[in-house]
Amino acid sequence: MFDIERWQEIFDTIRKNKLRTFLTGLSVASGIFILVILLGFGQGMQNGIAQEFQRDASNMIGVYTQVTTKEYKGLNPGRVIQLRDENYEFVEKLHADKLEYKSPMYRVFDASITYGKESGAYSIWGTSPHFQQLENAFMSYGRFLNYKDSQEKAKVVVISNKIHRELMNGIENPIGEHIEISGLSFQIVGVYGDVGGEREEEKIYMPVSTAQGVYNGADRLNMMYFTLKPAETFEQSLAESTRFTEELKTYLKQVHTVAPDDLSAINTFNTLEEVKRFYNLTGGIRFFFWFVGICTIVAGIVGVSNVMLIIVKERTKEIGIRKALGAKPISVIGLILHEAIFVTAVFGFGGLIFSMGLLEIFGPMVEVDYVVNPSIDFRVALITVFLLILAGALAGFFPAYRAAKIKPIIALRDE
Amino acid sequence: MIEIKNLHKSYKMGSNALHVLKGIDFSVKEGELVAIMGSSGSGKSTLLNIIGMLDTLDEGSYTLDGVPIKDLNETKAANYRNKFLGFVFQSFNLINYKNAMENVALPLYYQKVGRKERQEKAMKYLEQVGLKEWATHLPSELSGGQKQRVAIARAMAAEPKVLLADEPTGALDSTTSYEVMDLIQKINDEGNTILVVTHEEDIAHMCKRIVHLKDGVIVEDKKVKQVRAKNYV
Repeated sequence: MFDIERWQEIFDTIRKNKLRTFLTGLSVASGIFILVILLGFGQGMQNGIAQEFQRDASNMIGVYTQVTTKEYKGLNPGRVIQLRDENYEFVEKLHADKLEYKSPMYRVFDASITYGKESGAYSIWGTSPHFQQLENAFMSYGRFLNYKDSQEKAKVVVISNKIHRELMNGIENPIGEHIEISGLSFQIVGVYGDVGGEREEEKIYMPVSTAQGVYNGADRLNMMYFTLKPAETFEQSLAESTRFTEELKTYLKQVHTVAPDDLSAINTFNTLEEVKRFYNLTGGIRFFFWFVGICTIVAGIVGVSNVMLIIVKERTKEIGIRKALGAKPISVIGLILHEAIFVTAVFGFGGLIFSMGLLEIFGPMVEVDYVVNPSIDFRVALITVFLLILAGALAGFFPAYRAAKIKPIIALRDE
Repeated sequence: MIEIKNLHKSYKMGSNALHVLKGIDFSVKEGELVAIMGSSGSGKSTLLNIIGMLDTLDEGSYTLDGVPIKDLNETKAANYRNKFLGFVFQSFNLINYKNAMENVALPLYYQKVGRKERQEKAMKYLEQVGLKEWATHLPSELSGGQKQRVAIARAMAAEPKVLLADEPTGALDSTTSYEVMDLIQKINDEGNTILVVTHEEDIAHMCKRIVHLKDGVIVEDKKVKQVRAKNYV
């Protein structure tokens, strides 16, 4: 390894066989390059999908009602089931120890909002202070709703960045400004943004009690939202949230006199189940990219092996000459392997650095749906390079060993 | 220098064996210039390959400079070849991507001579064969005679006990052949032992002794009056 004479001999050989060296190197470098780019985009897709799923809290359970479809206890199908405050309060009290965030929701679509001369139509969502966490909203200005607002049925609202921009473009900080909603004046206490993007920013939040009061909602609710405290593992969380959802349904069916087998009256959704699908999906994507990547590496290994075989074949006569001049078999094998390892290493790392540089520079620029910041684990790439070097060495070893073993007279006759 | 007793060698050709050498007794003293003659298939090249340890013997004994050559593995053979022998081949066998000087320096690499010294020595031997100005040329840029002279310089660079030349003039025209033989004679004049395999009468008569091989046995072994190649150049 540290035999300077051999290094010189190898550099001589490389310098004088540029094409051969280049071709060997190219198959190594391109294998690494393809793998890195592939795995990078696999990671990018995973990131992209993860971002799509970031819109809401990932362990959220929502409940909403529709009409009954089954006759039950003498009641006709087609009844409208209405969630009420008492339902929410009951669940809240019963599961107090399990719940992390919770919110009732009373909603009005297309409320007309006026600020000065500007006006627009947005949804009004009456919620609890927890809704910020449930929606994954972040505050740009001011605060979200708080407990006091709910208690006092305060006429306060939280608007979105989008509404802020559309209605009051000239005002830098709208906190304390008043907007008119259906003729009533409300004070802005906060401006929120949503991780999920602008399509989640069509809503104005106010305390649920205020919304019910203003829109004659009495004690009616449109939906209820809950998140459970996370369990140790994902599987446990999923099991707990599934059980909670079932309990919730059973309770609501009882109090609203709905047939236990009515699938339409009481509806729930559970984002955790979506998360599970997401995990399966990204798992599948990762598997796919690894599969393709490994195939690429195998192709690279085959390529390197092939080139090594041809090189040794081509050098059979040279080996014969060297042996006639007194080269020992071990020195012949050493020479060939040393060169093979050196060339694969240099080109392997070259391909690695080039492709990783490309990902580093252009990765963050990629702005396509479902692909965000393609990147690659450096260790994975490094291991791949070593694997290729090892493969090149192995592929070179066997023909080199055989060539070193054959009698020089036979090698010399090889034309 | 070379002592061979009752040497047998056969090659397996499928199911039947081809008996090439059938009991050769042969010895060469230091400083001799011996031509081994015979028609093709007489076993002359095989004999030379065995002497050169490029091939193994089946039966008999072979002693080179007092060292019995037997039970050779590749590593041992390589060692002996490097220490004792220099080769000149009909097809030159230069490494085509190395220039003349690097080709000459190659056996010294296997003698673990340092790079600087290797190059100096190589240049010295190239000068002796009159190719100093061609040191940086690749074999493909040299004529046949020049290539053979590089090969001779390479064989001499290792300072071997015996120089073995297998049809050194086989691929050359007569003028060039005589030039090469002139060189071989000069090397012999300095006291080196040389074996030349040839089937050309005139080349053989430029040696000091001619050994005739026919069907695997020595049929004639005679001293001759050396014809100096210089007269024909």
